[in-house]
This record gives sequence, C-alpha cells and structure tokens, in this order.
Amino acid sequence: MSESHTDNTHLAHHFSDAGQQRESAKLGMWLFLLTEILLFGGLFVAYSIYRTWNPDMFHNAHLFLDVKLGTLNTIVLISSSLTVALAIRSLQLNDKKNAARLLTITIVLALVFLVVKYFEYSHKIHLGQLPGKYYTFQGVEGTNPHVFFSIYFMMTGLHGLHVIGGIGYLSWMLRNTIKGKYSSDYYTPVEMGGLYWHLVDLIWIFLFPLFYLIG
Amino acid sequence: MSASKAEHANHVLPLRLYLAVGAVLIVLTFVTVAISFIHFGGWNLVVALLIASVKATLVALFFMHLKYDSKLYLIVFLGAILFLAIFIVFTMFDTMERDQIYQIEAKPIRENAAMYDDSSRGMHSVPHDSIQPDSSQ
Repeated sequence: MSESHTDNTHLAHHFSDAGQQRESAKLGMWLFLLTEILLFGGLFVAYSIYRTWNPDMFHNAHLFLDVKLGTLNTIVLISSSLTVALAIRSLQLNDKKNAARLLTITIVLALVFLVVKYFEYSHKIHLGQLPGKYYTFQGVEGTNPHVFFSIYFMMTGLHGLHVIGGIGYLSWMLRNTIKGKYSSDYYTPVEMGGLYWHLVDLIWIFLFPLFYLIG
Repeated sequence: MSASKAEHANHVLPLRLYLAVGAVLIVLTFVTVAISFIHFGGWNLVVALLIASVKATLVALFFMHLKYDSKLYLIVFLGAILFLAIFIVFTMFDTMERDQIYQIEAKPIRENAAMYDDSSRGMHSVPHDSIQPDSSQ
C-alpha cells in the first residue's frame, strides 16, 4: 500500500497522491461516458418514435438484416470486452507481457467486428437499401422503409466510428504497454480505454436486439 | 489478511469471475436470438430489452467495476440512464397519445417514390423517377 503513495513518477503536482489522481481521472471518464450515452440517446429516441409509428414496416425491413452476422458481431464484441478487462487485470498483477497479448487480441476482435460490418454494409449498398433519398430498394412492404435504413445506418455508423476510435486508442495503449510505461502502480490510461470500450460494447448490446431481432 | 486487503485496494477480481460473466453474456446472446424466433406479439420487445438490460448490468457491474469502485461513478452512470429514460418516456407520452387528437396514418414521404411502384416490385433496375432531379426536398 505504501509504495503507491511514495511512487510519484506519474503524479501531477496538483494531486495530493496517486489514489486521488486516479479517482479524478476516473470521474472525468465517467462524465465523458455520460455524454456518450446521451449522444446515442437522441438516436434511440428517433428509433422509438419511428418504430412506434411504423411497427409493421420496421418488422418487414428488419428481415433484410442478417441475424447470423449480427449474432457473430455481438459475440466478437463481448469477447473483446472480456479481453480488455483481462488486460487491465494483468496490468494490476504487473504481468505486462500478458496485458500486451490481451490488448492485441482485443484489437484483432475489433477489426473482425469492422470486417463483418463492411460485408453487411456493402451488401446493403449493393441492394440500394440506403438512407433517405438514396434508397432505391423495392422489396420491403410498408410505408417509408428508407426511414428504417436511415436510422440503421446512423446508429450502427456512429457506433462503428466509436469502434474505429477505440482501435486507435487501444493500439496506442498496446504500444505504451510494450514499451513498459504501465505497471501495477500506474495503468490509469488503459483503465480509461477499457471503460470506453465497455461502453461501446454496452451500446451494441442494445443495438443488436433493436435492429436484428424485431419479433 | 494483508494480501487480500491490498488486492481489494487495487480491485483485482478473480479470473474465474471475468470468465463466468463473459460466458453468461454469450449464453444470454444466444437466448435472446432464440426467443426472437418465438412470437409473443408485443412482449418480444419487452423480453429482448430485459435481456439486453441484464447483459448491460453485468458489463457495468463487473467489467466496468461499478460494483467495487466508488459509488460516485455509479451515481454518474445511473444519472445518465435516468435522463435517457426521461428523454425516451416523455417523448413516448407525446408520440403514443397523438391519435387522441388527430388520426395518425402512415403517409409516404414521397408518394411517387419507386419503392411504392407495384409493377416493378422485386426488380433491381434503376427506378424511373430517380433519374429526375428531386424537387420535393
């Protein structure tokens, strides 16, 4: 316990000790995650309104999403959430080699998620199931089916951008971990990346049933 | 005892706990997919959201350490959920009660859009009216 108070290499001058610094960083991160939840919140509201008004069209349009690919991506993202949590656990135990390995697996899983998403998107673009006036597909029964695909592309697209951002940040964390910058005394940046990555997973946990599994 | 006290300070959770939570999350994913193919009418959405909420709670409590960290972070997280709930529920009060005031019917945003053309339904040819510039926007 005492060494965490005496090890001041990462302690900024305006904090009284490493514990306070870490807790402040975490509070800031949680406030950022709050804004992220509310950012996606607006899109969840848009989804709720249009699904309430067009329940049958939403059902018919969702049949054009591939449940198998959606399930695969859900499992990939949950696994990546687990591996990033285990990477942080390895750093807590000062096992830097294992942490680097688990971060690498996390990044690979995130890339798999994007590759699957690429195949889904390119299939829809090929069929003309595009947002707004770019919608040219003719196989969905119901009024205004392009609205479903507008919301689908907005929500999964914003989520996809978060995945790309996460890959960037986690790659930076991996580089620093390999360089030996993090240890059981100081791993706050990795922990913050983990929190962000779990939120990306959390949002997908709701996007998956709302788009792929409309009963 | 001092070892376990130090572990608690650093929040090192047992490996088994992480693996168990991960396994439950994957099982629940398959459960929600399986249930979606059984039709309960309106209850499908409720069941799907319930399972998603259980999964989200597991991620937040164990992967995000909310169960073990300062309760301040939990308050921030629950605050976000509370305001998101207000956002959605109050909007739904309006959206779902509008038919008390006037008749709601699904109206095409563009009546002449090619997707409503029954004669060409199922074909992937370029729709005839998409060639013209869109003046209705």
